[in-house]
Amino acid sequence: MHSNSYTIIFTSLVTIILGSFLSIAAGTLEEAQDLNVENDSKKNILLSLGYKPGSDKPWTSDEIARIFEENIDAYVLDENGDRTNNDPRSINPEIDYENLPIYVDKKDGNVNGYAIPISGKGLWSTLYGYFAIEPDGITAKGITFYAHKETPGLGGEVDKPWFQKNFIGKRFIDEKGNLIGIKVIKGKADPDSPYEVDGISGATITSKGLESFLIDDLRKYEPFFLKVRDRDL
Amino acid sequence: MAVLDKRSKEALTDPLMKNNPISLQVLGICSALAVTVQLDTAVVMTLAVVSVLSVSNTVISILRTMIPGKVRIIIQLSVIASLVILTDQILQAYMYDISKQLSVFVALIITNCIVMGRAEAFAMQNTPGKSFLDGLGNGLGYGGILISVAFFREILGSGTVYGIPVMPDSFYDAGYQNMGLMLLAPGAFIILGLIVWVQRIVSGIEEE
Repeated sequence: MHSNSYTIIFTSLVTIILGSFLSIAAGTLEEAQDLNVENDSKKNILLSLGYKPGSDKPWTSDEIARIFEENIDAYVLDENGDRTNNDPRSINPEIDYENLPIYVDKKDGNVNGYAIPISGKGLWSTLYGYFAIEPDGITAKGITFYAHKETPGLGGEVDKPWFQKNFIGKRFIDEKGNLIGIKVIKGKADPDSPYEVDGISGATITSKGLESFLIDDLRKYEPFFLKVRDRDL
Repeated sequence: MAVLDKRSKEALTDPLMKNNPISLQVLGICSALAVTVQLDTAVVMTLAVVSVLSVSNTVISILRTMIPGKVRIIIQLSVIASLVILTDQILQAYMYDISKQLSVFVALIITNCIVMGRAEAFAMQNTPGKSFLDGLGNGLGYGGILISVAFFREILGSGTVYGIPVMPDSFYDAGYQNMGLMLLAPGAFIILGLIVWVQRIVSGIEEE
């Protein structure tokens, strides 16, 4: 039987040793982890804007950083849709409602598209992704999701290419210039309608959630896209 | 590998079949359901559990004479928790995509009954060498079941094996559909039940 003082000393020692061991490990790995998180969001911004890895191989992290650096202009808008000097990386979209990060694809000097972060509730979880818009400010260019905890095979299909492809070329502004969003239809969408896409069978709540947070997020950026559209006209 | 004496060999091989932690002792079911939708997550989870279990068994066995009896469970848990956090951090740094899919289930290895069960039941009584083998054996026994469940769930539920489509297109053209049930937890229960059944027939074990 060990004495009480032995027990106390032993437990303290174990705590100190394990604690320092873990903090050293966390400190050493932190840089690689932060880089992963940043690269993952850059990768999704690029994917939403229609960039694809050249061959079958996925991008390396260096490639992602390079392509992003060369082509994407990242900045923050205020509520009126005007550019500010804030760094998009310093914005936490969950609390900063007035600061709106935007990623502009400026390949070859022209504006080829805009990507905005989107997020909202599905069935089980909050979905996070990017929604890309053509330079005309009314047409969808792409959509990606990088984090969600929806049921694999049902709501989880939101991150599959077949679902995301549906959004390309759809419009979220009607002919009178009103923001109407993109409807996610239960079953098959009307192929002639530019405002709706096929839903995911068995995932009505995820589909409806996506539809409603997409229009909410688009509404926040509407002042900016109004300007984009005016310049176009 | 050096020739092992009988008890060490049993420590390594028993949990693979005769005394499998999942299919016989029915431990660690929660994660076995959660990470077996696809093979790649099941394989990474297996690696994580094998490394945590063999290292925790070894460390606890080295400390076994020093650990005060009154606080032994807490000490065991501290060692296990530290190893699990370390594994999780390494996955986040070097296998980011998989770690995102495994989400909380790596962290939940801490509460996996197999890990603490082996520490308390084996490592506290045996030498570090044997304990390491016991950890390795139990980890692999757990992983073997995980990978078999994941194999059936992935091929039936998504028509792929390790992400590669294997179901011929002609099947789909003829009206074949992937079984959505396999992607949900009940699918894992059914497969697991069948594996337990087959295993008991093969090993001839009967409930008393």
